[in-house]
Amino acid sequence: MRFGIVVNEGPYQHQASDSAYLFAKAAIARGHEVWRVFFYHDGVNNASKLTEPPQDDRHIVNRWSKLAEEHHVDLVVCVAAALRRGIKEENLAQGFRISGLGQLVEAGIKADRLVVFGD
Amino acid sequence: MLHIINKSPLTHSALESCLRVAQSGEILLIEDAVYAATSGNAFEGKIREAMGRFKVYVLQPDLEARGLADRIIAGVSPVDYGGFVDLAAANKNCQSWL
Amino acid sequence: MSDIKKFMFVNRKAPHGTIYALESLEVVLITAAFDQDVSLVFLDDGVYQLKKGQQTKGIETKNFSPAYRALEGYDIEKLYVEKESLEARGLSEEDLLVDVTVLGRAEMGELMDQQDVVLSF
Repeated sequence: MRFGIVVNEGPYQHQASDSAYLFAKAAIARGHEVWRVFFYHDGVNNASKLTEPPQDDRHIVNRWSKLAEEHHVDLVVCVAAALRRGIKEENLAQGFRISGLGQLVEAGIKADRLVVFGD
Repeated sequence: MLHIINKSPLTHSALESCLRVAQSGEILLIEDAVYAATSGNAFEGKIREAMGRFKVYVLQPDLEARGLADRIIAGVSPVDYGGFVDLAAANKNCQSWL
Repeated sequence: MSDIKKFMFVNRKAPHGTIYALESLEVVLITAAFDQDVSLVFLDDGVYQLKKGQQTKGIETKNFSPAYRALEGYDIEKLYVEKESLEARGLSEEDLLVDVTVLGRAEMGELMDQQDVVLSF
């Protein structure tokens, strides 16, 4: 089955990004496809390569990048939400791309299930 | 439909709203909503009542993280993230009550 | 092959206190361009998004409430408000800035069940 995922909250502040990541990993482990993860609202902050958590904590941003690389997950950051919050090409982490809201609608159309994580 | 709730029923209305509007289906309690699945909480009566109309699940890792894995209300089924995925796949659609 | 799905946007949050209502509206407007079957639902504090007479000058933020009136121009005409949510807030249809269909909770629940994609912000 093909899954789409939406993340509406930033990393570290809220559990949404962690839950979404663990869901994505479990879906892939079950043999499903995670076709696209769309980052909206403060969720765009998951794409900042300037993120530096303490050594003993999980690196939420790098974890998403690694998932994208290993399993061809399309990580899309909403351009309007990103520009509002200072996320641009120059500080975009590996594996993420900036695009329009149409990519979210497309995820709804093309995925068998769209699961939303937020506040 | 799979109804996903992520907030404590003692501070937010999400679960209450879901129970008011949704007629049937499956409910999965994740993140801070797992408190709703614990015995003795003030919302327990409503969860028990809801079990007549809904099958209720709780995300075990979130319950363990909060130190309440030994307090699940009888009849609420614990699942891991794989179980979460299975629920999302088995239901025709899902809604996160944010 | 038909690619038309039933999209439902569920709005349960009040406007202004957080950005969710505004950014949700932005998605709705984009979805209109994809020729999908779009419904908007206003539940709980989400009904406050449709309150007439919002004036945001004093808080220096964008007043996006007139945009709900523009939805019709994008062929988005299915706006549903839950009766119980309105009543719990002392509001009636006359307080709302657009024409909506008021549904009881059970009818609202049935409508949700029929959707393919439910987006909530």
